[in-house]
Amino acid sequence: SSSILWRGNTIQILMRRNFCLGVLPDAVDRNSEAFASNSKAMEELISDLQSHVQKVLAGGGPEAVKRNRSRNKLLPRERIDRIIDPGASFLELSQLAGHELYEETLPSAGIITGIGPVHGRLCMFVANDPTVKGGTYYPITVKKHLRAQEIAAQCKLPCIYLVDSGGAFLPKQADVFPDKENFGRIFYNQAIMSAEGIPQIALVLGSCTAGGAYIPAMADESVMVKGNGTIFLAGPPLVKAATGEEVSAEDLGGATVHCKTSGVSDYFAQDELHGLALGRNIIKNLHMAGKDVLENQLQNITYEYKEPLYDANELCCIAPTDLKQQFDIRSVISRIVDGSEFDEFKKLYGTTLVTGFARIFGQPVGIIGNNGILFNESALKGAHFIELCTQRNVPLVFLQNITGFMVGSRSEANGIAKSGAKMVMAVSCAKVPKVTIVIGGSFGAGNYAMCGRAYSPNFMFFWPNARISVMGGAQAAGVLTQIEKANKKKQGIQWKKEEEEKFKTKVLEAYEREGSPYYSTARLWDDGIIDPADTRKVIGLCLSASLNRAPEDTKYGVFRM
Amino acid sequence: FSSAGEKPPQQRIEKILIANRGEIACRIMRTAKRLGIRTVAVYSDADKDALHVKSADEAIRIGPPPARLSYLNGSSIVDAAIRTGAQAIHPGYGFLSESAEFAKLCEDKDITFIGPPASAIRDMGDKSASKRIMGAAGVPLVPGYHGDEQYIDKMKLEADKIGYPILIKPTHGGGGKGMRIVYSPDEFVEAFLAAQREAAASFGINTILLEKYITRPRHIEVQIFGDKHGNVLHLYERDCSVQRRHQKIIEEAPAPNVSSDFRAHLGRAAVSAAKAVNYYNAGTVEFIVDTVSGQFYFMEMNTRLQVEHPVTEMIVGQDLVEWQIHVANGEALPLSQSEVPLSGHAFEARIYAENVPKGFLPATGVLHHYHHIPVSSTVRVETGVKQGDTVSMHYDPMIAKLVVWGENRAAALVKLKDCLSEFQVAGLPTNINFLQKLANHWAFENGKVETHFIENYKEDLFVDPNNSVPAKEAYEAARLSASLVAACLIEKEHFILRRNPPGASSLRSIWYSSPPFRMHHQHKRKMELEWDTEYDSGTSKLLNLTISYQPDGRYLIEIEGNESTVLEVKATYVENNYFRVETDGVSKDIHLAVYSKDQIRHIHIWQGSYHHYFREKLGIELSEDEESQHRPKFDTAAHPQGSVVAPMAGLVVKVLVKNKTKVEQGQPVLVLEAMKMEHVVKAPSSGYVHGLLVAAGDQVSDGSVLFSLKDE
Repeated sequence: SSSILWRGNTIQILMRRNFCLGVLPDAVDRNSEAFASNSKAMEELISDLQSHVQKVLAGGGPEAVKRNRSRNKLLPRERIDRIIDPGASFLELSQLAGHELYEETLPSAGIITGIGPVHGRLCMFVANDPTVKGGTYYPITVKKHLRAQEIAAQCKLPCIYLVDSGGAFLPKQADVFPDKENFGRIFYNQAIMSAEGIPQIALVLGSCTAGGAYIPAMADESVMVKGNGTIFLAGPPLVKAATGEEVSAEDLGGATVHCKTSGVSDYFAQDELHGLALGRNIIKNLHMAGKDVLENQLQNITYEYKEPLYDANELCCIAPTDLKQQFDIRSVISRIVDGSEFDEFKKLYGTTLVTGFARIFGQPVGIIGNNGILFNESALKGAHFIELCTQRNVPLVFLQNITGFMVGSRSEANGIAKSGAKMVMAVSCAKVPKVTIVIGGSFGAGNYAMCGRAYSPNFMFFWPNARISVMGGAQAAGVLTQIEKANKKKQGIQWKKEEEEKFKTKVLEAYEREGSPYYSTARLWDDGIIDPADTRKVIGLCLSASLNRAPEDTKYGVFRM
Repeated sequence: FSSAGEKPPQQRIEKILIANRGEIACRIMRTAKRLGIRTVAVYSDADKDALHVKSADEAIRIGPPPARLSYLNGSSIVDAAIRTGAQAIHPGYGFLSESAEFAKLCEDKDITFIGPPASAIRDMGDKSASKRIMGAAGVPLVPGYHGDEQYIDKMKLEADKIGYPILIKPTHGGGGKGMRIVYSPDEFVEAFLAAQREAAASFGINTILLEKYITRPRHIEVQIFGDKHGNVLHLYERDCSVQRRHQKIIEEAPAPNVSSDFRAHLGRAAVSAAKAVNYYNAGTVEFIVDTVSGQFYFMEMNTRLQVEHPVTEMIVGQDLVEWQIHVANGEALPLSQSEVPLSGHAFEARIYAENVPKGFLPATGVLHHYHHIPVSSTVRVETGVKQGDTVSMHYDPMIAKLVVWGENRAAALVKLKDCLSEFQVAGLPTNINFLQKLANHWAFENGKVETHFIENYKEDLFVDPNNSVPAKEAYEAARLSASLVAACLIEKEHFILRRNPPGASSLRSIWYSSPPFRMHHQHKRKMELEWDTEYDSGTSKLLNLTISYQPDGRYLIEIEGNESTVLEVKATYVENNYFRVETDGVSKDIHLAVYSKDQIRHIHIWQGSYHHYFREKLGIELSEDEESQHRPKFDTAAHPQGSVVAPMAGLVVKVLVKNKTKVEQGQPVLVLEAMKMEHVVKAPSSGYVHGLLVAAGDQVSDGSVLFSLKDE
């Protein structure tokens, strides 16, 4: 029973205090040149990030915001603030999606997504921003919507759709409409999640035209706001063109029609605030008997946690912006985990991969962090540690700073590909919650083994200094130049030195641009860029959301031995 | 005390029934318990959970809420005493305390009445008779007419003889009920008739006396005590000059700015007054002191323990209820006159549920929050209510008496001010703020008290709604308080959510930590607090607050307005509703009281000597009716224009005009009675009366529409 569990923990705490086995030392040299230069460089990166964020927080610009206000409508983030519990945290995702992706700016891809608690229950929010292109769906908007649904499905979070959208952005319909991971998938996901018992709630706070009409129609419960909310497959102009019927938007698909006559919507709201309050009420009344997690039993360990011993703000001074410089991942771990306590597993073996157990806000976690290139031993150690964690149902946190696996004849002969495959197999099949933070480089197969996007971590965030690409820009330029040179040679062309340099520079520039975290986050290769100082908090929130579901057993495929 | 004389000792009192309620019942029980005497409470249906019922060893129901069916029902009270085997009845003050019939009834049933002999009550209860007796005993009297010929022409003639201004007063009763001051002959008739009516309603006897009205009087009264062996002594005087609606609100003992000669003179006069009616037990002889001439005159004698007796107890160090019981047991007084000590100075402030800006109208409501400074040897809080109780319209709206003692007047006054600022009542309007103003007034500090004190200094004591300077200051103070309220409420919310997050998981609590997480920006919250200003004709102001969480846990609070203010507050939750706040490097204690009623959160804040009250709308009314319009934010404009609403809950005693009659501005339309006080509802403007549905005998609730005025 819980009291015994509680007592067990008390004893554990006492033992920890007595021996302080795992407390990491404060290994940071604050007087070093690197500390100062890293700090300065990171400061610049963060202020850059802040300025990008400030722009997207303003939505579609003052004019559009004013127009929105004049209709008694709140901005999407304000709407979310009114639904989540007062004073509660909100984990916004992919804030900079759509960044410099199209010719026109598309702040936050025109849709706000994130997780927050409503009456104590974590919910996934998907809120159209009507101030950005009328809330229409660009391809990246669809991708962000689908990603939110993916997280909701993975974590079994009820979905709240705050609908205020003109539907698909027609000029880009070819990239929005037809494919598998396009607009239609939104409704497919709604159906599948509803079938799995994950509540789907739609609040129609604005227009909801054409395909968009299916969001409330597919929802388990929907609310409509008088005056602002409209649902129709075709708007008044199209109706007139098609049938000649002249009808106002309110009479065609207003709240009264849909709550009273058609039954498309279930709750009639007098105004937006009323609508949002109704939304809160719907969540209050959810009773997910038996579907609510076992978090009270297995994963809820009441544990008075300690804050890390060292200042989280110093994380900004630890990670070098020059990825060639090495640093000890333990100085990052010591600023993330409870009491800076980290019980390292296989400390002396495969030392370029650091593995061990710690707690974050009391939640036990397994941490896997890079301390250099992955060798045979490090990969085997990683696979072993992941198996340990899945056996014990311990969530995994990956701290990614990896240039890749060791190359060369000796390494190949030792079967590095086999060892790497073992770790990739373990990462892929592990069914425990996985959170990946890219704190430096994310290159090549290292990205795979360290649970990159393709390995479906529940959440993945970048630090502003991070870099992602199949290999380093310099290496890529070297490889491509060699190949090009060989091609030219075959054709009998002699490559001039300056032309070769130009070619190299072009490759480097492309890698530089495409390896940037902004390039990544704009395309939703991650769930956002975070301030290093927020890392502990973000991991905690992600773990909490990930643990919203019952644990699953892990079954591995065939390990190549 | 010693049992004196040859007579066989009468049976000592072992059980007392207290024929009263509220603080006085509790106070009597306290002494009884200390003496090992068991207590019996009586209660009406309205009081079945009252403090005095809980404090007693036994309690007996005596009837429905109206006093005349319960606390004034002498025979059922005597029955209760017989049923419970109580040997004595203590009547407290008010109700049956000055009923000679009741004292006689007790005597007949062989129950000791803890009070004076019935004859003395009868003699002193009739004000005309009492003055005749006092005149004969050589006690100075105010010139006046105390005759039996009560017809109006005769009264008018006598009034003219005495000279104006003149005081009209019922011969029975007290507490200022039915009293009228008339300044000129042409006002006399109306005032006389009203006094008669009120006297009849309150005391059942409508005889009236006339007296010369002293323009700058002080009200000084002497506590006397007598035993059944013919000993009478006085326990010095009390000054009860500070009054509103002819009712005392601050009393003190001894009287300030009085010479010891005067004091001795007054004391002797009081003792001879008591001796003239063979008085025993506790009594008070009231004098009116003409501050112009320095003369004092006998006013009346109260044949009971008075509300303000604790100030006397404080300066003489005696328990008067204990004395009362000993005297009732037939024992002799424990001290001689020269042995009565006089030590220090004491104040009593009466905390009433009342509406000061509406002319001190009695208020009713629930005591949602009730907290006062801890009692000690120098601070007494006499109270008959506890948090959660209702102050109903059936009885006196007094919540408590705050009694403080100091080595001298100045020291006692410092204490009084401090205790008043820590006296917290939420849920109904009180006079605490007004008492604070009184206690802080320079003239009061100098002891320049007189009966017209409040009238004389009304400009200092009451808010001038059109004065913009204090209006602005009050607004600023309210804004500061609102900021602190916001910070404290949010801090407490996080404190509770962190400890006990909804959803029960420990990891879940991180969603509720402060400051709440936002990706790359600070979270802001809005709060709308409604504040009732006494300025701008008493309208309410909406304060729009924006609270930004700072990374260090402080709150940056911005209030919209002509000059928007920004304040950084650090709030620390201590316990219950106690907080410590820090602003601009200054930290101080804050106390909040918060309760919700009718979708509104009521918030009280006490900081230093400030007390502010705010309302916050809670949630949204979830109306199913799609056609229904959104309600106004606060229901202030609920009644159509021209409507006149009841200023208080009460009984309609008289309707003076009919529907569709034309009335002038200020013309009386109907008369309400509540808390035994008459209140005339006048036409706020001229026009024709419409919708007047109430009739004499109807009960109306606070704020209900009585009638409306239309142009035709």
